[in-house]
Amino acid sequence: MKVSNGLWKEQLAGKMPEGLAREIDIFEAEINLRKLGKLEERVFAEKRLRRGVYGQRYDNGQRHDGAKVQEMPYPRRNLTKGPNTLWDAPGMQRIKIPGGGLNASQLETLAELAEEYSDGIAHITTRQDVQLHYVHIEDTPALMRRLAAAHITTREACGNSVRNVTTCPYAGVCPDEVFDVTPYCMALSKFLLGHPDTQNFGRKFKPAFSGCSQHACALANMHDLGLIAVTRTEDGKEARGFATFVGGGLGAVPYQAKLLEPFVPPEEVLPLSQAIARVYARLGEKKNRSRARIKFLIHDLGIEKFRELVLEERKQLEFDPRWKEYVADAESYHEEPLKPGRKLDRSGSEAFRRWLETNVRQQRQEGYAVATVTLPLGDITASQLRSLADVVRRFTKETVRTTVEQNFVIRWVSEDDLPELYEALEAAGLGAPGAGTIVDVVACPGTDTCKLGISSSRGLAAELRKQLIEKSYQMEEAVKNLHIKISGCFNSCGQHHVADLGFYGVSRKIGGYSLPHFQVVLGGEWANNADHYGLAVAAVPSRNIPEVVTRLTGFYAANRKNGEPFREFFRRIGKAEVKKLLEDLARPPADEAGRAAFKDWGDPRDYTLGDMGVGECAGEVISSTDFDLAAAERQLFEAQIAWEDGEVEGAAKTAYQSMLSAAKALVVTECPEAPDDPDQIVREFRSRFYDSQKFFDPYAGGKFAQYLFSAHQKAGASYTVDSARYLIDEARLFIDASHNYSTRTAAMTAR
Amino acid sequence: MEFQHVNVKVLLDHASAVDLEPLIPVFHNWIQSQSRDELLLDVADYRHVRAGPGVVLIGLEGNYSVDNAGNRLGVRYNRKAPLGGSNLDRLQQAARAALGACREFECDPRLSGQLRFDGRKVEISVNDRLLAPNRAETRDALEPDLSAFLQKLFARGEYSLAFNEDPRSLFSVAVESAKSYSAGSLLRNLASQT
Ligand code: SF4
Repeated sequence: MKVSNGLWKEQLAGKMPEGLAREIDIFEAEINLRKLGKLEERVFAEKRLRRGVYGQRYDNGQRHDGAKVQEMPYPRRNLTKGPNTLWDAPGMQRIKIPGGGLNASQLETLAELAEEYSDGIAHITTRQDVQLHYVHIEDTPALMRRLAAAHITTREACGNSVRNVTTCPYAGVCPDEVFDVTPYCMALSKFLLGHPDTQNFGRKFKPAFSGCSQHACALANMHDLGLIAVTRTEDGKEARGFATFVGGGLGAVPYQAKLLEPFVPPEEVLPLSQAIARVYARLGEKKNRSRARIKFLIHDLGIEKFRELVLEERKQLEFDPRWKEYVADAESYHEEPLKPGRKLDRSGSEAFRRWLETNVRQQRQEGYAVATVTLPLGDITASQLRSLADVVRRFTKETVRTTVEQNFVIRWVSEDDLPELYEALEAAGLGAPGAGTIVDVVACPGTDTCKLGISSSRGLAAELRKQLIEKSYQMEEAVKNLHIKISGCFNSCGQHHVADLGFYGVSRKIGGYSLPHFQVVLGGEWANNADHYGLAVAAVPSRNIPEVVTRLTGFYAANRKNGEPFREFFRRIGKAEVKKLLEDLARPPADEAGRAAFKDWGDPRDYTLGDMGVGECAGEVISSTDFDLAAAERQLFEAQIAWEDGEVEGAAKTAYQSMLSAAKALVVTECPEAPDDPDQIVREFRSRFYDSQKFFDPYAGGKFAQYLFSAHQKAGASYTVDSARYLIDEARLFIDASHNYSTRTAAMTAR
Repeated sequence: MEFQHVNVKVLLDHASAVDLEPLIPVFHNWIQSQSRDELLLDVADYRHVRAGPGVVLIGLEGNYSVDNAGNRLGVRYNRKAPLGGSNLDRLQQAARAALGACREFECDPRLSGQLRFDGRKVEISVNDRLLAPNRAETRDALEPDLSAFLQKLFARGEYSLAFNEDPRSLFSVAVESAKSYSAGSLLRNLASQT
């Protein structure tokens, strides 16, 4: 905690926008009230979340140190930042960067904050935000004031609010875009920030803008609100507009967004978004967090009804002059270069040429290029941020943006300057090639710092990156261009659903040992604004994932036909074939010593879930629960195959059966004579595991059990391709949760 | 002027070839045994970042790391919590923490003697731009405490100073002693009464 905290307010007086300064004063007062016990912990938790102040792993004061669960003796054990969140435990600060746009002095401010309040690293997220980790809550007002003085806010970076509005980092310079969406992104961001109609959501709400529909830069299809630039001819003139999509989202069960309106004129973007927000706030689920995202509301109502409600709401809105004001100058918005655009006429060193090949794209404007600064795992040091600030001042008019692939792009570089720009980046340790290729692995924070992490996504990403860089010189072009994305759990912050090779963390208990695994998800689509989501193939121990990548990429390189993209290749080959290819890797070592060596990447501690002790009973006997859960897995696999073959009803029925099998596997642990009748299984499961909250995930609560209840309620109903797919995903999560429950109970018994 | 949040980094020998992976279990063991006077919390692995913080042991009062900032590998102690006493006391506390950690690394068989003090180079910074902006006034204000500290550290031996001139950087100075010392002997110098 900094001694200077109290001094920044005076130091920065007059330098912060008034509104931001006042909000931070209020937040500081709330901190003080909480310290005095005058603000209830739950209320305070939501207040801080809305200021981007997030919890971090082990902030409940417990940490498994490799031998035992340690109670961390924080000084103020009775003071909390929220339920089970100790005051002095470090947390994460998320910083909103609308559209990812920054200038040089903002980069320098971020550098200062990373150095003084965090561990020297700023982390770029998959939604163009910046995160600082290990920050003390009492440092946050000073940190926010320094950001405010640089015109950056953390407001509504977390919590049930409108999150960062993202956009293509190439907007305005992309040869394929319909028009520059940047000013609309900024307008929506400003309009919705703190808007009274966005303060009463049941969950978060994520908007994104894309300049075209064929590229993936903004991933509009996986957002709550996705706006894609389109034009049409009106009175002989080209008019701008947005194809507007709603209800997309990754999370545990990914949903593709649905088209709300094919053409929304610019002056309608803000009021229509406001109307969507109002309908969501009014009708969206509030109590059950697991069904509170707008995608569930739209799914339940149907897009037609939702559209009707939104349009009705739009009609009722009182006129707001900002709707037009904020977009009035959008058509004349443009960035300027620092230097005249000149073609590159030198070849440069081999290292430069390698970097040029992967990290540079030509702009729509002749003679200019966009250079990508590849950040390993999205991390950049304070001194690199300062060097980046120097680079963007030297070569551009400070036109730099973060990307959803956790990199930076520098726009408006005169092509002739590229060799010098590369040298400057390389000198700062920022000249790595491989942007947007297989080595540019995307990963969420995972078990490193996230409270929900199940497996080490960053540990795995670092390992894959290391291995793939070594191999990249001999890699086939088709393999080089694949995308790998990793999430530490089913929540999908690493966006694994839209990667060619995606992975998300799960745990499995084998022979009394809990082992970190990743579910392998293949064939997601990154192009077309993330138009298709991948399919789960098998859960494989973390340690074997690098070999999974080697095998799959080798198999693809050897067997693809006529330039077939990975997704199509995977569809053609089929899941069963791929599963066979990975079968041996999915099996952890049979012996105890081998299993003990199967720790998570980058973490030498014995693996535990929820930081409970590892089971001592490492006997070879597989429990009947494990057998029964394996049977549920098999049924689910059959359901997925049936779905792939177009047998929608059969797939849904088998997926439901697999959930019943998993539920029964747990019921028999308490009631060996459990019946086979679905009603009775569900009733028993509900009373023994749900009502008692035993099955509850520490963070997702009863969400996964509710998947079972809803599938049971719908048993016999007919399914569409989409709803069968959702059911399969929900069954996957229910079975994973059953494994997790089994792992947790084993660890508790051992303790 | 009160200087808080002092950082001391002692530079390591033959640094370019050092593999930091074995350090990770060492830091986890430190947490396990809570072997310092401070609360040790977690390990952050930044080996993938070039010229970055390396491997960091996150503590409540301070962080320990083997960091490679500026492509200079060294054992760093970063004091986070406020500390009473004088500026000299705070400089000494941070130096003792960094040197003590360094000495443990030198003796830990898991690290195979890879992390060894280079004998001469120490970097000192103040991790708070408001208390210690990187300008001449700060240098002047810290000068008496800094020289008293360095006199003691190097037992009145000769040393040279190179201040970081970038106004955006933390107030920081690189110190190089004319004579070579072991980490243990510097610790003894700090402990001596003279
Ligand atoms: S995917 Fe899971 S582990 Fe990763 S950041 Fe999101 S919630 Fe945390």
